Amino acid sequence: MSNRDWPLWEIFIRSKSGLSHKHVGSLHASDAEMAINNARDVYTRRQEGISIWVVPSSAISASAPDGKDFLYDPANDKVYRHPTFYEIPPEVGHM
Amino acid sequence: MQKELFDYILRLADNSLIHGQRLAEWCGHGPVLEEDIALSNTALDFIGQATNLYKYAAELEGQDRDEDQIAFLRDADAYFNLILLEQPNGDYAFTMARQFLFTMWYYLVLEQLTNSKDSFLSGFAQKSIKEVKYHVIHSRDWILRMGDGTEESHQRIQSAFDSIWEYTPEMFEMDDLEKQMSEQGIGVDLLALRPTWRSQVEAVLQEATLTTPADAWGHSGGKRGRHSEHLGFILADMQYLQRAYPGAKW
Repeated sequence: MSNRDWPLWEIFIRSKSGLSHKHVGSLHASDAEMAINNARDVYTRRQEGISIWVVPSSAISASAPDGKDFLYDPANDKVYRHPTFYEIPPEVGHM
Repeated sequence: MQKELFDYILRLADNSLIHGQRLAEWCGHGPVLEEDIALSNTALDFIGQATNLYKYAAELEGQDRDEDQIAFLRDADAYFNLILLEQPNGDYAFTMARQFLFTMWYYLVLEQLTNSKDSFLSGFAQKSIKEVKYHVIHSRDWILRMGDGTEESHQRIQSAFDSIWEYTPEMFEMDDLEKQMSEQGIGVDLLALRPTWRSQVEAVLQEATLTTPADAWGHSGGKRGRHSEHLGFILADMQYLQRAYPGAKW
């Protein structure tokens, strides 16, 4: 069955107010052009976006869940990495 | 004057309503989830267009009918849509062939209507043409993919065009009402659109490795309320609720 399906694509949408594209889900399409059209129909029906990226799911490499201890745990006690020790001047705007 | 404009608006509205209703039949039956949603979106675009047109028609009529009563409480011979649009969906190739031939035509019509002297119509056209632009792109993509796809998809889309072609001449028919509206700068000179439509359609079919059927005899009568047997069944579906429970609202 899976051989008969079109390839899977990951869809990223940039909203009107958003600064970056956000992952919204995935869908099937036979090529990039169709993926964009399908994304328009599936994910932007309620004016969610002004820009669409589509990426073949197979092109995505993910971190392994069992790498949790060395990937993320060491950040737990590095409170100095958060910019909470100084005030951001208002002129800087959104960070 | 008002009566003519009313009739003219009904033609446009009935095209949208019947086409939208036909496309909506695919809801839940699309070949893949993505297409199911795409076609349901498209169906709702057309129902939305019909709603706006019927509202305007009700206003022109100035009686007590609202848009729902005009849409749901007429008999088949009082509908003025193209016979093309009431044809059953068939397979996906047939639906896409119908969608493509109609929206290619409708896009050209709306383009002209943006200059209509009737301010409602020109506003309506400016809004709707954006939707129809996508309908053209979506259906054209499928014509190309099916035509240039497998042997079976090629054969299916070719036979869809072959069987549907005889419903296309009606789109360009200029009867008295069309002429009158066109002369007043309200409507569209449909005959003048034909060469453009023909060459645009032919270009896509050629790219899709398909043969454009030869022009021959064509069905006619939809604009005068004379329909194929299919319209009655559509109306039975559509009108059942309003007929059984007049004035029902939810």
